[in-house]
Amino acid sequence: MFARQQAAAAHANWGEFVIEAFIRVLGFSTIGFVLLIFLFLLREGVPIFYKVPPSNLFGIHWYPIFDLFGTLPLLLGSVFVTVTAILIALPLGVATAVFVREVAPNWAREVLKPMIEVLAGIPSVVLGFFGMHVVAPLIRETLGAPTGLTVFTGGLLLAYMALPTIISVAEDALDAVPKSFRDAGLAMGATQWQTIWRVVVPAARSGITTAVMLGMGRAIGETMAVMMVTGNAARMPLSLDALFKPARTMTATIAAEMGEVAQGSAHYHALFGIGIILFILTLLINLVAVSTIFKKQRRGGLR
Amino acid sequence: MSRYWVQRLGFALLGLAALAVVAPILVVIGIIVVEGMGAVSWEFITAMPFDGMKQGGIFPALVGTLVLTLGTALVAIPIGVGGTIYLAEYARDTWVTRCIRLAIVNLAGIPSIVYGLFGLGMFVLFLRMGTSILAGALTLAIMTLPVIISTAEEALRAVPTEFRTVSASLGGTRWQGIRYIILPQALPGIITGVILGLLRAAGETAPILFTVAAFFLPRLPQSPFDQTMALPYHLYVISTQVPGMPLRIQHGTALVLLALVLSMNLMATIIRSYFRRRRQW
Amino acid sequence: MVDPKIHIDKVSYAYGKNWVLRNVMLDIAANSVTVFFGPAGGGKTSLLRLINRLNDLTEGTQMTGRILLDGQDIYSSDTHVAKLRRRVGMVFALPLPLPGTVRENVLYGPKLAGIGDRPRLSEILERSLTQAALWEEVKDRLDHPATALSGGQQQRLCIARSLALEPDVLLLDEPTSGLDPISTRKVEDSLFELKQQYTIIIVPHSIQQAARIADQAAFFLMGDLVEYAPGTELFTRPRDKRTEDYVTGRFG
Repeated sequence: MFARQQAAAAHANWGEFVIEAFIRVLGFSTIGFVLLIFLFLLREGVPIFYKVPPSNLFGIHWYPIFDLFGTLPLLLGSVFVTVTAILIALPLGVATAVFVREVAPNWAREVLKPMIEVLAGIPSVVLGFFGMHVVAPLIRETLGAPTGLTVFTGGLLLAYMALPTIISVAEDALDAVPKSFRDAGLAMGATQWQTIWRVVVPAARSGITTAVMLGMGRAIGETMAVMMVTGNAARMPLSLDALFKPARTMTATIAAEMGEVAQGSAHYHALFGIGIILFILTLLINLVAVSTIFKKQRRGGLR
Repeated sequence: MSRYWVQRLGFALLGLAALAVVAPILVVIGIIVVEGMGAVSWEFITAMPFDGMKQGGIFPALVGTLVLTLGTALVAIPIGVGGTIYLAEYARDTWVTRCIRLAIVNLAGIPSIVYGLFGLGMFVLFLRMGTSILAGALTLAIMTLPVIISTAEEALRAVPTEFRTVSASLGGTRWQGIRYIILPQALPGIITGVILGLLRAAGETAPILFTVAAFFLPRLPQSPFDQTMALPYHLYVISTQVPGMPLRIQHGTALVLLALVLSMNLMATIIRSYFRRRRQW
Repeated sequence: MVDPKIHIDKVSYAYGKNWVLRNVMLDIAANSVTVFFGPAGGGKTSLLRLINRLNDLTEGTQMTGRILLDGQDIYSSDTHVAKLRRRVGMVFALPLPLPGTVRENVLYGPKLAGIGDRPRLSEILERSLTQAALWEEVKDRLDHPATALSGGQQQRLCIARSLALEPDVLLLDEPTSGLDPISTRKVEDSLFELKQQYTIIIVPHSIQQAARIADQAAFFLMGDLVEYAPGTELFTRPRDKRTEDYVTGRFG
């Protein structure tokens, strides 16, 4: 365990200083990377504002061949798919978290937790592949959608991709609720079920909100799985039945079209512009998600 | 309805939800295994593809993924672990430290396709690396940083503070304490986190789309400046852009990728539980 | 006192705004057992940690005054803290074995200090464990994990660990508080032996223990040094009423 300590002691003073400086630089590197990323996105994305009037970018038509770069259908596509995903993942995720943390017997917990970790590890492209070949045909058969490649299909897949995040953060939130709360509930004659829903979950409310927001951030940022199952039609999803029609997300647009653009063309810059929107959007979501934790800590609340 | 019946019903519903989460995982894995088993053989894994990928093996894609993962590890581990040591052991609670933490949260939330754009803009174009293993690995490495940092920090903080105090009281400098006691004790946790981060990098497609991936290369990459094939990208292309691609081969490719990722997952889990039992604190 | 080993000169110490030590002046003689005792919150442990600069590890504190070891200010900017801590060792209230074997625990300090040759290390190992009254019990188990030892043995291991560096001064913070009476007795007995070679400052965990072992005794109350006198006097004929009240059990 302590093989080379004697050599180290000889250089204790200046060696220590060099190491500490090096580690400090590495610590600060993360800030550097975030700035770099933002910088390069801006570098390649901002030129779109010189090439195309802003009204174009807020338009409802994304037809790059005709120089129409309306980002609205893409934005709405992402939002629609994400909202669908969250509507599915929120109840499932919170229920599972509650089950694992409060109800499940030990053996069930030992099985569930690794499985959820497995889900977290399944590559996006594999889920997309599965979605294409199994889920989409299923939806086509049962719901009559022409190709089965719809917003709903995408939302369903995204829900499962966001679930591990939601479940683990929600679990942490439930964990942070002091045992005394549960004991107090039970001592007042409530059943475990009542205690869970009237005492524990409300107490973990902010942590659960964080979980959902982080899940949402994950969903909006997903690329491959959505790309393979939402059908890639850059339309405006404006009515409820658009749920079962194809759509295009921002992420899929970038992935699908970047390979074919000429560097420096308006299309190229527009795609980077979408990247900037995604960067800022996910930044905001994650900041809000994390700030709820920080606020709690200052108030000396439950965490 | 009596309260206890409500409870039983409620618990059953919760269990059902958990089942609804977990069962599809088994279905996905099951179907891919069943459909893909037929295609996977030693030849499939070790042979080069031909006839427009419709025959032969996926060897170059597998090698490409392994090489990219290795490259990611070489860059992300030193920066990630070093940065974590700074955060857990040296940093004081100042606004700068809070900025660093904020940066890590940001990095964790950036969509993988945006990393791809960044890699394209900075490594491929600005630094003129071209679409290359170097560009791809660097992009993947930065993407993997937040995962490594957060698990490593957890592992370092789990080591009891008392060890640091004892080391100091015996004349140990801060670095000596870290190097000889804290780090070795946190190593299993750090390794687990690294493996989990790397398996994510191995399975990602979006960051490598514009930075390194190629669909067909006649031979294996010879240098870090070469392009390479990669399993996730390969699966994507053969399942969406090659007409007439035998379904069996698609499933087989998916199976190989899944097997790679799941075995890394298993390795991480085993390491974690083995060392948890052997812990001396 | 002729040339004190440690001279504590008007030391005050605060956590944030909370002053836990006020204007403490104290001389510690070499090769003696000095006892810091008093009710909780008196500042005894804080003072102890000032002497080996372990307080450097805590943020948000302030200190005024000087502490001199052999005439040198230990807080001067050219003091090498790690070297200081090798001269001033510390044993904590709970046994805190480092992960590793008995051998690794004892030799951690010397190896960090650069001692590499094996015969010398073996000699250090045996000497320290003997001085801590532990050698006979562990000599066949040197390469077993330290956590396999009993609580009392672990604490004596911690003492051996500090002794391995051959410090000038040994600081002990309630070293027997977690131990059974037999282990306590063994530790106290070894202190009688050790003081011939080392200067010992100890925060006892009971007044009775203080009375048993003290050459000099210092009574601390709420951060003030109330009284400082030879043990034989302070416990039998205390001069300050507060000392008397505490020693006779009227409070605390």
